[in-house]
Amino acid sequence: MPSKLNDTLKKFDWRQNIVYIAFVLVLIYFSITLQEHGFLTQDNLLNIARQTAMISIMGVAMTFVIASKEIDLSVGSVAALSAITTALTMQAGLGMFAAIFVGLLTGILIGFINGYLVTKIAIPSFLVTLAMMMVVRGLAMWMSGTSPIPIINEHYIFFFGSGNVLGIPILLFWTIIIAVIGHFLLRHSIFGRQTLATGGNETAAIFSGVKTARIKMAVFMGTGAMAALAGMLYAGRLQAGRFTFGDGDELSVIAAVILGGTSLFGGVGTVVGTVIGSIMIGTINNALILQGLDVSQQMMVQGIIIILAVAFGRKKKKV
Amino acid sequence: MAETILKMSNIEKSFNSINVLNQVDFEVKKGEVHALMGGNGAGKSTLMKILTGIYQLDEGTIEIDGKEHIFKNTADAEDAGISMIFQEFSLIPKFSVAKNIYLNREPRNKFGFIDDKKMVKDSEAIIKELELKIPPKEIVENVSVGYWQMTEIAKALSKGTKILIMDEPTSTLTKTETEILFRIIKKLKSSGITIIYISHRMDEIFQICDRITVLRNGKNVVTKNSADMTMEEVINSILGGSMRSSFEWVERKASDDRTPLLEVEKLKSGIRVKDVSFTLFEGEILGMAGLMGSGRSETVRTIFGIDPLENGKILVRGEHVKIHSPDKAIKLGLGLVPEDRRSQGLVLGHSVKENMILPSLKKVSKKNLIQNKIANEKVERLIAKLKIKTDDIYKEASLLSGGNQQKIVLAKWLLNDTDILILDEPTSGVDIGAKTDIIEIIREIADLGKAVLVISSEMTELLAMSDRVLVMKDGVVTSSLERKHIESEEDVERAIQIE
Ligand SMILES: Nc1ncnc2c1ncn2[C@@H]1O[C@H](COP(=O)(O)OP(=O)(O)OP(=O)(O)O)[C@@H](O)[C@H]1O
Ligand SMILES: [Mg+2]
Repeated sequence: MPSKLNDTLKKFDWRQNIVYIAFVLVLIYFSITLQEHGFLTQDNLLNIARQTAMISIMGVAMTFVIASKEIDLSVGSVAALSAITTALTMQAGLGMFAAIFVGLLTGILIGFINGYLVTKIAIPSFLVTLAMMMVVRGLAMWMSGTSPIPIINEHYIFFFGSGNVLGIPILLFWTIIIAVIGHFLLRHSIFGRQTLATGGNETAAIFSGVKTARIKMAVFMGTGAMAALAGMLYAGRLQAGRFTFGDGDELSVIAAVILGGTSLFGGVGTVVGTVIGSIMIGTINNALILQGLDVSQQMMVQGIIIILAVAFGRKKKKV
Repeated sequence: MAETILKMSNIEKSFNSINVLNQVDFEVKKGEVHALMGGNGAGKSTLMKILTGIYQLDEGTIEIDGKEHIFKNTADAEDAGISMIFQEFSLIPKFSVAKNIYLNREPRNKFGFIDDKKMVKDSEAIIKELELKIPPKEIVENVSVGYWQMTEIAKALSKGTKILIMDEPTSTLTKTETEILFRIIKKLKSSGITIIYISHRMDEIFQICDRITVLRNGKNVVTKNSADMTMEEVINSILGGSMRSSFEWVERKASDDRTPLLEVEKLKSGIRVKDVSFTLFEGEILGMAGLMGSGRSETVRTIFGIDPLENGKILVRGEHVKIHSPDKAIKLGLGLVPEDRRSQGLVLGHSVKENMILPSLKKVSKKNLIQNKIANEKVERLIAKLKIKTDDIYKEASLLSGGNQQKIVLAKWLLNDTDILILDEPTSGVDIGAKTDIIEIIREIADLGKAVLVISSEMTELLAMSDRVLVMKDGVVTSSLERKHIESEEDVERAIQIE
């Protein structure tokens, strides 16, 4: 029954699912063309997982922010600052747990300030977080005196970045845990539904009893916390806190979210899509490196991917 | 007999293989006012969107003045002299009236700049032709909403429209404004403009329309001169025999102990609500009558925590409460069906289900996780109860017909099992059969001991359900009439107009 098939194809939401199709195509393409370069080896694949973990984790939280029709450009800087506050706390001899606490608190606090300025003072989040991006990066630079702060705590290094369990990098576990929690929150919890409603039509959400200001505070604190976690993972992986961590990550994160099918216009979001989007960008970067392209070329490709993602992710035109 | 100006034949249209228009023929004569009628989801708006190039037909032909046209987009239709006045206004509120009328077609001077003077002068001429008093330089925002529609009409005229489509134009108008609109329609008609008029209000149709076409479930039912049809016949063709429309008022058994659920004392908010006091009892349906701008919507907005309360107090179940947000109001057992379903009532991009459960997420969750089984069951039940026409519970709200969207907004609060239900024009855009159903449902709710406060500018409907009617004027409650002492609509009309 070709007409039935035709209908199914018509009904299939291409925009929402394009990332999965693209991902499979990219994988197949590189598996064939980069076979001799070892693209499909376990080492290389795990390497991709390691390299994309931080973007994925921040992407999960960013999905909520974008779904609520806001944006957070400060994540990269927050990652750096949290890495530094964590490292400094350990350097001061306060131990790993205190350091984790301080690192997370750093991120959550900045998220709180972002949320406060957006909801209470009513400054658009683009401006608030753009300014915050600079303030926080500057703060990270200043606190670290521009030099790396070494981390020597072995437990920390194991759990936050460098460890392997059963041959699988711990970073992959972090990614999976955060993605699963994020997915359930967005799809199945009250908070998730209210976040989507806030982004879909804020007035109607308020009229239905959603405390949209509180939702926005929460999503900004979410990106703050996840950016902090990402920063701590950078620190564990490189065994030091550096103010340069996460430079430019905000764009990769937003690209992953949009590529994944979350709408920049708010009201639509998918955590699984974001993670796939992030891994796909990571895979392409990896392939470019294997092919011997350098950073400048990677940047160009990534920029083009963002444009493609937004072009495909544009609001569906009405029939 | 006048010649045919528009002929749509064998129109077919499906969305996702679900048929919406089936072999529809529609013929309109030059200079007539032609009513297009039918129940919610019958396909009226879809047919008109095809005529204006918003949707493309799957099959069929469109002829204008005997010449076949294919409309690929709205510009094509406009070139052929067709304009539509949408229910959702397409004016830019921050622009002046004149600027809106000539939007994108601004007259230019010899340097290629916009010729403001000419624009204002031309607008003035059109407005004068319509015998209206709208200052062309005024910013649209500052003009009363009732005049927005007139501005839209002026805009259509400035384009040299031959066929003007109005989709439920009176649903936001007061009686006086409706009269002005009708006067304009007659004027347009006499100057040879053809009008296609969509409305669910029977009396209007017989007042101004020459012929009537009725659609039911995407098919033609009848086209006749309105003089040759009775109101019963029209209602029958719309509903398909199952004649279920009675706006008869039946006295409800008033309970003896009158427990006040909601008490409002000396409410003041903004410029529209000056001094409002009333009591709403358990099991009571309290109607609110008044002109547009009399402060009814603003009063309920204040009670619901949207507009700030500047003075006075609100008691719920005898207790003094401070309501700063709708969230607080809902916690106290209030629910509001707001004035504007599209901007305030619905997340248009979300599904029927998601919209319906939004105020009740806690009620359909366990440990903060939404239980789809419970939610779906409740949603399905309300879809059946309100006869909402949708493919399934996952259909995007924006794709439902206007009347069915309105029913979702009502369903939100029925699902929430709200104690004090406030309804601001709850049946706007709803067809005549569904109106009867909704009135019945509202009575059912009141019979359960809940209280209902309802604003409606349709007097027949208001009188069909209210136990008592409050009359508001200029932000003040001027009188409270027991329904059983009201003999006719004129009684209330008089109370509304009283100086
Ligand atoms: N773009 C669309 N996609 C899917 N279904 C649609 C779309 N537009 C309309 N429909 C469906 O087509 C049917 C007819 O809708 P239409 O808006 O024409 O009804 P209507 O006669 O104008 O009703 P109302 O009186 O409620 O405004 C409805 O069931 C609606 O859900
Ligand atoms: Mg309609």
